[in-house]
Amino acid sequence: MSEFTRAEVCAVAIADTFAGDGEVFVSPIGLLPQIGARLAKATSAPDLLMTDGVAPLVANVLPVSGDERPELVVEGWLPYRKVFELLWWGRRHVMMGATQIDRFGNQNIACIGDHAKPRAMLLGMRGAPGNTISHATSYWVPNHSTKTFVAQVDVVSGMGYDRAAALGPRAARFHDVRRVVSNLGVFDFGTPERRMRVVSLHPGVSRDEVVASTGFELVLPEKPPTTRAPSAEELRWLREVIDPGGLRESEVRA
Amino acid sequence: MDKRTTLAEVVAELRDGMTIGIGGWGSRRKPMALIREILRSPLRDLTIVSYGGPDVGLLCAAGKVRKVVYGFVSLDSIPLEPHFRAARQRGALETMEIDEGMFQWGLQAAAYRLPFLPTRAGLGTDVMRINPELRTVRSPYDDEEELVAMPALTLDVALVHMNRADASGNGQYLGPDPYFDDLFCMAAQRRFMTCEKLVRTEDFLKEGSLHTLLINRLMVDGVIETPNGAHFTECPPDYGRDEAFQREYAEAARDAASWEKFARRYLALDSERAYQEAVRAR
Repeated sequence: MSEFTRAEVCAVAIADTFAGDGEVFVSPIGLLPQIGARLAKATSAPDLLMTDGVAPLVANVLPVSGDERPELVVEGWLPYRKVFELLWWGRRHVMMGATQIDRFGNQNIACIGDHAKPRAMLLGMRGAPGNTISHATSYWVPNHSTKTFVAQVDVVSGMGYDRAAALGPRAARFHDVRRVVSNLGVFDFGTPERRMRVVSLHPGVSRDEVVASTGFELVLPEKPPTTRAPSAEELRWLREVIDPGGLRESEVRA
Repeated sequence: MDKRTTLAEVVAELRDGMTIGIGGWGSRRKPMALIREILRSPLRDLTIVSYGGPDVGLLCAAGKVRKVVYGFVSLDSIPLEPHFRAARQRGALETMEIDEGMFQWGLQAAAYRLPFLPTRAGLGTDVMRINPELRTVRSPYDDEEELVAMPALTLDVALVHMNRADASGNGQYLGPDPYFDDLFCMAAQRRFMTCEKLVRTEDFLKEGSLHTLLINRLMVDGVIETPNGAHFTECPPDYGRDEAFQREYAEAARDAASWEKFARRYLALDSERAYQEAVRAR
């Protein structure tokens, strides 16, 4: 199998975000993060702990689509109260969405415009403030554009590196914004000033395209690496087990 | 003590301007029969404290709310609560918008009768800007760490919905998650619990293990049996979410005429029984 889609590249890039995590609780929020985290558990990170989306912790890899309804292998119980306990304890890696994200990884999921009378009310703060100051956080943005990758977010729900630096090394010692995966590439903050850097661009994405689609200056190598292609094993997991109904294709524009 | 009461008697105890905590989470196991009874009352200017779902949306759409304390307001399968959104976008609501864990901590502080509990959550984010009343506190120990002092979310009234309850106010959840219903009750002066089914005390353990007995009778002042009372939110294992009805509810946010039509059909009725009949007659 040499043919693969952009959505499959994204799923694998998301899985790679969790690859080195070992035994932690992962909370993939949204469809592609769900697919990617399950792929990681099936391949590179078998020790990940995850729920079925509700309270049971499930040991087996479940599909997000298709007709198969395998029996849950329940290995534990994590209702919301225990999620909050666990996240303040720190043994968690969350992948959230971001309606807006800036060069230092500040994230907005709360609202667009003035908070007192927003132009568009979004989700609200949800768990973003507690997540970003407590444990590893990554982001998934399926629609990379100058509207999502912005010079300044309207409301800071998830804390970025400039604000973490302002809090000081003690208060922000658990702050760890790992990666951003978008439909165009993979990004991190591994620069001295903790600005967003291109780790790789997905196959078929040009330097110009990502620059034109980003509302701030990215740290961008002259010849950025290409995000790796899915392996045959990964494609089998994605297409036959995790997402046989192909939901992934509806979330990612090529 | 027999604590059985009625929806009308509970709502008759409420006053304009009260702070009301509502159990459940998003569009899950919400005390909707009590919410509908509030909609039938002249109550207004309420402060609603909730892991918000259609409880918040309905009360906002009906003009009952002055302030909402929340981390999110969502219908789960429809991520954004359209009636709450509309009220926010009109600038019609005061807010205390905080992190979900801070919210739990505020209820916990109230339950423990503490003025606040410390947390890192909120530091470095706009939680501190949009809630200028929030203060920080410095650790008195050698670390001298500065933390958010999450104030107690003290409630006048808590409203929760359980799968089973007995007449003396013990409550049992049979679904996957207790949410924070015990904390809501412990944070409140007056506590009212609806349930799918009133059972004899000796029958509790026939349906669920010891660990499902979340609410004990010290936490409850009044109990009401309201079959299908969490409708249209989910209340497993008794029933799932009524997604078709929830869509109809969400679409009613489109314009004033749609809302009028929805409200006339389902809300401008004189009792919970009439509501349940209108739902069945669809």
